[in-house]
Amino acid sequence: MSHHSHEEIHGIGYGILVLVWLGLVVLTGVTVVASGVHVPALAVVIALLIAATKSSLVVSYFMHLKYESRIFHVILLMGIVTIAIFIGLTFFDVLFR
Amino acid sequence: MASHAIDVQNAQENYLEVKGRWSGILSWIFSTDHKRIGILYLVSIAFFFIVAATIGIFMRLEQLTMGPTLMKPEVYNRLFTLHGVIMIFLFIIPGIPAILGNFFLPIQIGAKDVAFPRLNLLSWWLFMIGATLAILTLFLPGGLPDTGWTFYAPYSIRTGSEVSLAVFAAFILGFSSILTGLNFVTTVHRMRAPGMSFFRMPLFVWALYATAWIQILATPMVGITLLLIIVERLLNIGIFDPTQGGDPILYQHLFWIYSHPAVYIMILPGFGVISEIIPTFSRRTIFGYKLIAFSSLSIAIFGSLVWAHHMFVSGQSDLANIIFSFLTFFVAIPTAIKVFNWVATLYKGSIRFEPPLLFALSSIFLFSIGGFTGLMQATLPINVHIHDTYFVVGHFHYTMFGGTIWALIAGILYWFPKITGKMYNKKWIYVAWAFMFIGFNTLYGTMLYMGWKGMPRRYYDHLPEFHTDHVIATVGSWFLYTGILILVSTLIYAVYRGTKADANPWGGTTLEWKTSSPPPLENFEKEPVVEHEPYYHEEAIR
Amino acid sequence: MKNIREIALEEHHDFVGAKMGMWLFLLTELILFTGLFILYAMYRVRHAAEFHAAATELDVVIGTINTLVLLTSSLTVAVGIEALKRRNRKLAKWMVLLTVLFALTFLVNKYFEWSAKIHHGIFPGADELLSRSQGEIIYFNLYYAMTGLHGLHVLVGMGILLWVYFLIARKPSEKVVVAPPNIEYLKGAQLIASKGEQERWVIDEIKDDVVEVEVVIKKDPKKAGVDIPNIIKLENAGLYWHLVDIIWIFLFPLFYLIT
Repeated sequence: MSHHSHEEIHGIGYGILVLVWLGLVVLTGVTVVASGVHVPALAVVIALLIAATKSSLVVSYFMHLKYESRIFHVILLMGIVTIAIFIGLTFFDVLFR
Repeated sequence: MASHAIDVQNAQENYLEVKGRWSGILSWIFSTDHKRIGILYLVSIAFFFIVAATIGIFMRLEQLTMGPTLMKPEVYNRLFTLHGVIMIFLFIIPGIPAILGNFFLPIQIGAKDVAFPRLNLLSWWLFMIGATLAILTLFLPGGLPDTGWTFYAPYSIRTGSEVSLAVFAAFILGFSSILTGLNFVTTVHRMRAPGMSFFRMPLFVWALYATAWIQILATPMVGITLLLIIVERLLNIGIFDPTQGGDPILYQHLFWIYSHPAVYIMILPGFGVISEIIPTFSRRTIFGYKLIAFSSLSIAIFGSLVWAHHMFVSGQSDLANIIFSFLTFFVAIPTAIKVFNWVATLYKGSIRFEPPLLFALSSIFLFSIGGFTGLMQATLPINVHIHDTYFVVGHFHYTMFGGTIWALIAGILYWFPKITGKMYNKKWIYVAWAFMFIGFNTLYGTMLYMGWKGMPRRYYDHLPEFHTDHVIATVGSWFLYTGILILVSTLIYAVYRGTKADANPWGGTTLEWKTSSPPPLENFEKEPVVEHEPYYHEEAIR
Repeated sequence: MKNIREIALEEHHDFVGAKMGMWLFLLTELILFTGLFILYAMYRVRHAAEFHAAATELDVVIGTINTLVLLTSSLTVAVGIEALKRRNRKLAKWMVLLTVLFALTFLVNKYFEWSAKIHHGIFPGADELLSRSQGEIIYFNLYYAMTGLHGLHVLVGMGILLWVYFLIARKPSEKVVVAPPNIEYLKGAQLIASKGEQERWVIDEIKDDVVEVEVVIKKDPKKAGVDIPNIIKLENAGLYWHLVDIIWIFLFPLFYLIT
């Protein structure tokens, strides 16, 4: 029952963390610039796609999900599916009222 | 999680005798032992149940005669709100998980405690704080809320009663519920004894596990909804107020996104209890173990897809009505799987008809009535006819009271000797059962009938054509209440004067029956190793 | 024969369990915000034009700066965790402190942003705001509700990080408390505290009137091993902080960039 072995503590190099941060900064720039382009239908989709990419970077590297066991991936998946269901089914009312 | 084990050789006392840092009442309210916390919940929840049941009795008394006799309409409105809030937030939602789950989940998987014992104690404290705040509204100038337990906007935003505090209380209770769920999921994943694989877990644990996931995933939704009611009342941040462009129907969506899955938070643990009792008293293994385990999970999933069937007449889109009506029927499938498997387990078993089994079977029967009337309401055209009538009231009392509370009682009767080390007087339990069963069906059966004829819910008064029905229902409520009082006093008497119980009085096969009654502080003399599926009856194999 | 009892300073740290609990908690936070995102989505499809008009009044520059501040704070806390794992307590301390400062910067920015809006009469219930179209009213009400709740989370996160900072800054020590009921079995005996095979400490005889024994073993920070209890705490604080960042990653384009 007692796990105090050190192999449970995975390390990530400082370099990777800084690279991820750089990626996040660049994506922030992209989303700000993209918002100036007038393509109304696509604007939301692009903004959300970039936000999702940024979040997945934060989750995978800063939050170490990439290095965690499968159950952590399942936990996150449960959350995302639940959120999708809640938002999706509510649209059936609001869009068709 | 960071703790140092103190490896001192000591004889294992049972958890009731252990002398800790505190003594007297403090040794309970500051205890991080999951068993003591379970009993803390049992005592506090039983208290709230009696309070809310008494309020129910007063509401029935008002309906005994026509016109305002006992109370004015405003008082009636506040009482049915209080009855609903206490019964739902303080009784049924925490009910089985917090009492029996806390006590038996760790034991059934062979653990010493839950994963986060201090968080567990915090849950109870939050529960008590929430309860205190809810009751505090009684003494404030606005008085008890008069909105019904659903707190529908925009009325909840405008009424002068103390909605803000009541809603904040519900928010804190939700937080308590979340922490319990989080604790259980982590416990199931991290604390199982050697050999206790997922498919060797008792079905009660499976049910609690599925419930815990709903608690985690759905409860925050009601949290944010209630917070928005507060900021709308106090800070004027209009989100649901139509004068500020808000849409009250969206309030109903957010509310039921939680509150419909919440009914599965209430009933799933009850199903778990029944799945424990049936194999023990049939003396054979459960029929379709995996199907029952997975049906708990699929009830949790389907249950999250059907919330807007509470809103068929709210003015939401027709498409939403049709989709949610359609999806609702799917919940019946996993539920029926459970019922059929229970019946199949009983078939050709050597049944011993003890009080726990009696209550478990009654629970199945009453819940089935609740379930079928539920399917009727899921049908769109029928729903329009019976919406907001006593039919709905009858239906959810059959499911929640008939299903959950009867299962809770069955569970308490089943595990009472393990918890206290004492056995109760079975004869009096049968008497209590007879009163309760007759009273229950007289009360809620009549409600179904009245509702079908058109008696609207939440009215303090009724028309002459409903008078006879109301009198019958009220008389039923007296029987029911008497039965409950007999039951409670029999059990309280048994705590002090009961005969001593064995470690395994029913011949149960799960781990809690392999330790002494009451269990030692750390549940087992030494960590158990699991070699069989949970309902392995040796004599049945031979 | 001397009466000697031994207590083991064995550590029970379920690192994975603690993290799992935190992830589950983060899930509940995510759903909490989802409630607001649902409302945002439903009102936006209904009032698309008004939302766009109202969004032009927000300051994209401040929004972008705050985004960068939060992203950088996420980096610093991640580096801090990494440093603590590598036994570099000094760097870890600085990184956590830096994260707290970034959090503060975010809140100060937010304060100026809100004050400017309130100064112009755009706040919930204000006559100026209520005179506008319903879509704009809802937009700003949602803006205050969502950024307000997020700001509250920043504040809480800041508090947690500060608390962990002080934990890390303290000299590392091992502590074990022997309290009732276990103390009863140790009365009149001499104690030996041991950790692993090599390290042992002998403690005085426990007299009858002793109520509680606290064994604290202070360590030289330079020689201290991996500080597991604090890594767990910092890692969980970090997880919470990253969630706060992720929420903002979505709030930023949805409120500031829909012009």
